[in-house]
Amino acid sequence: MAAQILSAIFVIIIGVGGCVAYFWGANKLVDLIFPSRGVAGAAAIDNLRRQGLVRPWLFVGPAMIILTVYLIYPVVATLWLSFLDRGGQHLVGFANYEWAFGDREFRNSILNNIIWLAVVPAACTFLGLIIAVLTDKIWWGTIAKSLIFLPLAISFVGASVIWKFIYEYRGEGQTQIGLLNAIIQYFGGQPQVWISLPFWNNFFLMIILIWIQTGFAMVILSSALRGIPEETLEAAVIDGANPFQIFWKIMVPQIWGTIAVVWTTITILVLKVFDIVLTMTNGQWNSQVLANLMFDWMFRGGGDFGRGATIAIIIMIAVIPIMVWNIRQANKETGGH
Amino acid sequence: MAVATGKSFASRFGVHIAVLIFVAIWTVPTLGILASSLRDKDQIIASGWWNSFSSSTQTEAGRLPPASAQVEKDGKFVLAGNIFGDAAARNISAFGVKSAAPTQYPAGTTADLGDGVTLQLNADGTFVMSSPKAFEGDRGQRVYYASSAPPKFTTDNYNTVLFSEGIGRSFMNSLTVTIPSTVIPILIAAFAAYALAWMRFPGRALLIAVIIGLLVVPLQMSLIPLLKLYNGVGTFFGVPSKTYLGIWLAHTGFGLPFAIYLLRSYIAGLPREIMESARIDGASDFEIFVKIVLPLSFPVLASFAIFQFLWVWNDLLVAMVFLGTEGDQIVLTAKLNALLGSRGGDWEILTTSAFVTIIVPLIVFFSLQRYFVRGLLAGSVKGG
Repeated sequence: MAAQILSAIFVIIIGVGGCVAYFWGANKLVDLIFPSRGVAGAAAIDNLRRQGLVRPWLFVGPAMIILTVYLIYPVVATLWLSFLDRGGQHLVGFANYEWAFGDREFRNSILNNIIWLAVVPAACTFLGLIIAVLTDKIWWGTIAKSLIFLPLAISFVGASVIWKFIYEYRGEGQTQIGLLNAIIQYFGGQPQVWISLPFWNNFFLMIILIWIQTGFAMVILSSALRGIPEETLEAAVIDGANPFQIFWKIMVPQIWGTIAVVWTTITILVLKVFDIVLTMTNGQWNSQVLANLMFDWMFRGGGDFGRGATIAIIIMIAVIPIMVWNIRQANKETGGH
Repeated sequence: MAVATGKSFASRFGVHIAVLIFVAIWTVPTLGILASSLRDKDQIIASGWWNSFSSSTQTEAGRLPPASAQVEKDGKFVLAGNIFGDAAARNISAFGVKSAAPTQYPAGTTADLGDGVTLQLNADGTFVMSSPKAFEGDRGQRVYYASSAPPKFTTDNYNTVLFSEGIGRSFMNSLTVTIPSTVIPILIAAFAAYALAWMRFPGRALLIAVIIGLLVVPLQMSLIPLLKLYNGVGTFFGVPSKTYLGIWLAHTGFGLPFAIYLLRSYIAGLPREIMESARIDGASDFEIFVKIVLPLSFPVLASFAIFQFLWVWNDLLVAMVFLGTEGDQIVLTAKLNALLGSRGGDWEILTTSAFVTIIVPLIVFFSLQRYFVRGLLAGSVKGG
């Protein structure tokens, strides 16, 4: 273990030192090859121009290489692999896609993903907005926001343990130590094994993600609400609008752009949700989702890379519209710079 | 007027209550595992954690001493003593002699067991059993009793998980993965961000668009080709394919788009005059970056570092694909996932392990919340 810590420290030094050495050394090298000081005027200007051509690439070079190896190449390779067999040896055409749409588990995952997509972003945004509005009105709002924000720091696995403990079921006659079943029993209801109830168990898993992400929505929306000009609210009050009208007709339309950003960010997160399903049910009792199914196929029976890649492509296809929208938005904003 | 004030008071009161309910829902689950991790493991299953501070009632079974311990007294044969023996006394509320009715008699009463045999069991555990005939056999009478134990808090669970369940080792593994994965991307991203913000070169707009596109590419797209690549590299050079170096680079790669995006939007917002006056003074881009941009960008570098730290510490997927699941490589999240499978019902182990897993992010989060929120706002409100 000591060796492990030493090697980690060593890597930090090598990594950071290497980066510094690269950037500093490459910069020096450019200065040496194209000197701009101590040479005659015309040559200096010429060399400065050459420096300007080379230097940006030295700065972005390392990032471009890593991005290419870790993101750009894999996207192309995954697309290619989805047309190959399990070992990635032979071309099989659309066989993996045909398999996917005929597979019961895959169709169940698609259905569940659609439910997740319909429920989680909406719930997070709605709850986040309500909490943001409410906490703005009270003196201990900052503390309240901090506490609601806190689950965002907790890992999905940690959150799954936390909620599994809440959903814990113990046989009849035993003391219920799960909070949910204890409350149900207190009010005379029948304790249930929540995470294995077909269909409804999806919602019990979604609650975990909603619990984590509402804080995110709250913080972003709260800052957007602060940006609403006071005059518009005052004008509405003078015109005799009630709080609900102010909320829906004055506040919400003005932060529409931010709501869209929060919504799409959580949508992407939902498409990638994996940890919660793996740790809570591992896809049993009809609670499978695409990301967990993909992980499963990567290793099931030695791994089927063709089917795994196919599922990844399906997730990617769902993300593409958001990606295009993001790039367009960014282009609009940075157009002037 | 009076009506109006009353209404506004009621509505303000309602806001306080509503926020209180939200705060409760968002904190109680975490409190549950914190409280449970500090409780005695027998008490965790005997009562819900919300009863941590009240005595818990358990039904247990014990055995009276064998016939050899009897004494003859007034023509009767008597067995007497304390059911807890030398162990700490607990408070008995009821007892019984049949497993079907373990709490048939209240403590302190004398139970008639038939044939003139009587048994009295008191709240403090002392008992008197008497019979007109001599007791026989070397196995004493079985007695069931409900006892309540006072609340008991302990740090034993932490000792167990840290030193015998392997959580301590996993904690070190998680640190080993997280710190280099947080530090390495910062410099690489900062240089790229500066170039994309302040240097003119062909293809810059395209590069920015590509990076924004990569922001949302699901991690799942990268896993299989990279796994194949790592396996290939491992076989080719005869080295293991699952190494810390591999996961450091993977996390660096996956973190870079967000890092460049976040840093670029901040660095692009720095005042143009500073850059220009430095340039007029003869500073090169490298000098401007190191002496002006880097120090000014400290807040955004801190934001990114916190993000990346939390991301990597909390990650399960990348660790499960690129690291082994043995003791010397398994990280906290993967270990916790494994414990959920192998120690499914042992809540003292699970709650304690979960708390060890989340304590570092919580500390980072609470001490550096300001930077975290700033990064969140910069990262998603602009462009998203």
